[in-house]
Amino acid sequence: MTTLELQQMANEVRKGIVTAVHSAKAGHPGGSLSAADVFTYLYFEEMNIDPKDPKKPDRDRFVLSKGHTAPGYYSALALRGFFPVEDLPSLRHIGSYLQGHPCMQHTPGVDMSSGSLGQGISAAVGMALAAKLDGKNYRVYTLLGDGEIQEGQVWEASMFAGHRKLDNLCVIVDNNGLQIDGNVADVCSPYPIDKKFEAFNFHVINVADGNDMEQLRAAFEEAKTVKGMPTVIIMKTVKGKGVSFMENQASWHGKAPNDEEYAVALADLQKVGEALCQR
Amino acid sequence: MSEVKKIATRESYGNALVELGAKHEEVVVLDADLAGATKTGVFKKAFPERHIDCGIAEGNMMGIAAGLAATGKVPFASTFAMFAAGRAFEQVRNSIGYPHLNVKIGATHAGISVGEDGASHQCNEDLALMRTIPGMVIICPSDDVEARAAVRAAYEYEGPVYLRFGRLAVPVINDNPGYKFEIGKGVLLKEGSDVTIIAAGLCVNSALEAAKKLEEEGVSAEVINIHTIKPLDKELVIASAKKTGKVVTVEEHSIIGGLGGAVCEALSEEAPTPVLRIGVKDTFGESGPAEALLKKYQLDGEGVYAQIKEWI
Repeated sequence: MTTLELQQMANEVRKGIVTAVHSAKAGHPGGSLSAADVFTYLYFEEMNIDPKDPKKPDRDRFVLSKGHTAPGYYSALALRGFFPVEDLPSLRHIGSYLQGHPCMQHTPGVDMSSGSLGQGISAAVGMALAAKLDGKNYRVYTLLGDGEIQEGQVWEASMFAGHRKLDNLCVIVDNNGLQIDGNVADVCSPYPIDKKFEAFNFHVINVADGNDMEQLRAAFEEAKTVKGMPTVIIMKTVKGKGVSFMENQASWHGKAPNDEEYAVALADLQKVGEALCQR
Repeated sequence: MSEVKKIATRESYGNALVELGAKHEEVVVLDADLAGATKTGVFKKAFPERHIDCGIAEGNMMGIAAGLAATGKVPFASTFAMFAAGRAFEQVRNSIGYPHLNVKIGATHAGISVGEDGASHQCNEDLALMRTIPGMVIICPSDDVEARAAVRAAYEYEGPVYLRFGRLAVPVINDNPGYKFEIGKGVLLKEGSDVTIIAAGLCVNSALEAAKKLEEEGVSAEVINIHTIKPLDKELVIASAKKTGKVVTVEEHSIIGGLGGAVCEALSEEAPTPVLRIGVKDTFGESGPAEALLKKYQLDGEGVYAQIKEWI
């Protein structure tokens, strides 16, 4: 896809996020919106996947370690063709296959159940290790929150990945700077994130703007060239990106917009879409 | 009479893994710096490329096992029961149990027969913890024959399995040609009419010894080896309870939530019967030689006999 096409798709992913969370009357829009661009880049440009054959043995894998941002994940999967976009509003409803946090048994395209923070990265490491044991070339991607890396298990998994030189593993940290109780720097600072991963024998790529497709493209291209060590892409993003009243607001971490707010959110995204069409 | 052969079920675990590994390429074994103690060292020696030491990080080990299983591997994640069921409970629950991944957990050093290491390492709570995870199969073998059969059965079964092994060498009691292991099917070891003794793990031998003593005093005890704690063989338990009218459970585990809990739940719903739960009585263990601890906590043949004698 061209960069413009990817930007337009990311905007559609954002519409899916606010629509699903509004319908659910619960969920996590902030971190879904900050990661909408990376979800889009992974599923529309980077990963070797086939929506018609979601369990293809040699596919690339993705584990959403920050599982609460399922709305962003589901929106990208639906738009990519894993299941109907029309089903997104069933998010968090009784009987829906779109559970509040990802469930691999029910949702096409979901490679691992997740949601309890710190655990997804370990599963991703296991998958990357399996590829190495079997001499396969698939790559494994996992997305973590910057608050999530306060979990000790993240560093257990990182120590192992560095030790085993898992160069088919790409860890992505969504550094939107906010967690439920406030700024990550105030709650329990994870900084410097890059130096920590460097110390765990990762190749570190800092992305100044993780909501910029060109910067994401450069980062993922670089990651693929790295041999002998896992890569971490630490991307600075804006929590709530694209919806004016949600941007950089910790309060929109885990709250659904009401009808009026939903209308404003859609109008915001409509404007973004129109501006992209003008290019 | 020749000396009874004794083998720790953790040894059986390691040996069975080597056999499985030779036949099945997808079997991988994980450890958390305890390969020497969990006895998986023999697998490591035979198949070094398929032995994965995760270091002292049990939560991560369970997650890695989940990821491996998601790609089609059959991982056996090995560590002490305390860390497998205790420390890593939530990883087992969320990364293995919830997605029903094909991970086998080899939990060694269960119960007070850990011995000298003391209470911090004597896990008397693992059965209770694991029982609450939907879809988790729990097996607590009584000897070498059963432990090896259990490992093979766990491999054949598709889904998460918790295997409970001990540190202490225990007598081989199932070494007979008619022995057959089936997950969820208890083994009737001795028929009786006055009381039913249902036991698991090393306590099966204690139950047999107690039954013999009771017999000498005219009390006819039925003995059931219930190697699978979950799913419990309700049919066998209820039929025997109806026959004898009195049930005793014996386990090297807290009397809360383990075998005793499982049997009480089954009976109270379907065939209310008086039950005596023999086990670790809501207390922590302590340091000491394993045999001496089993005696002190009345889990040896003599202790089980005395408690039943007093109760009936």
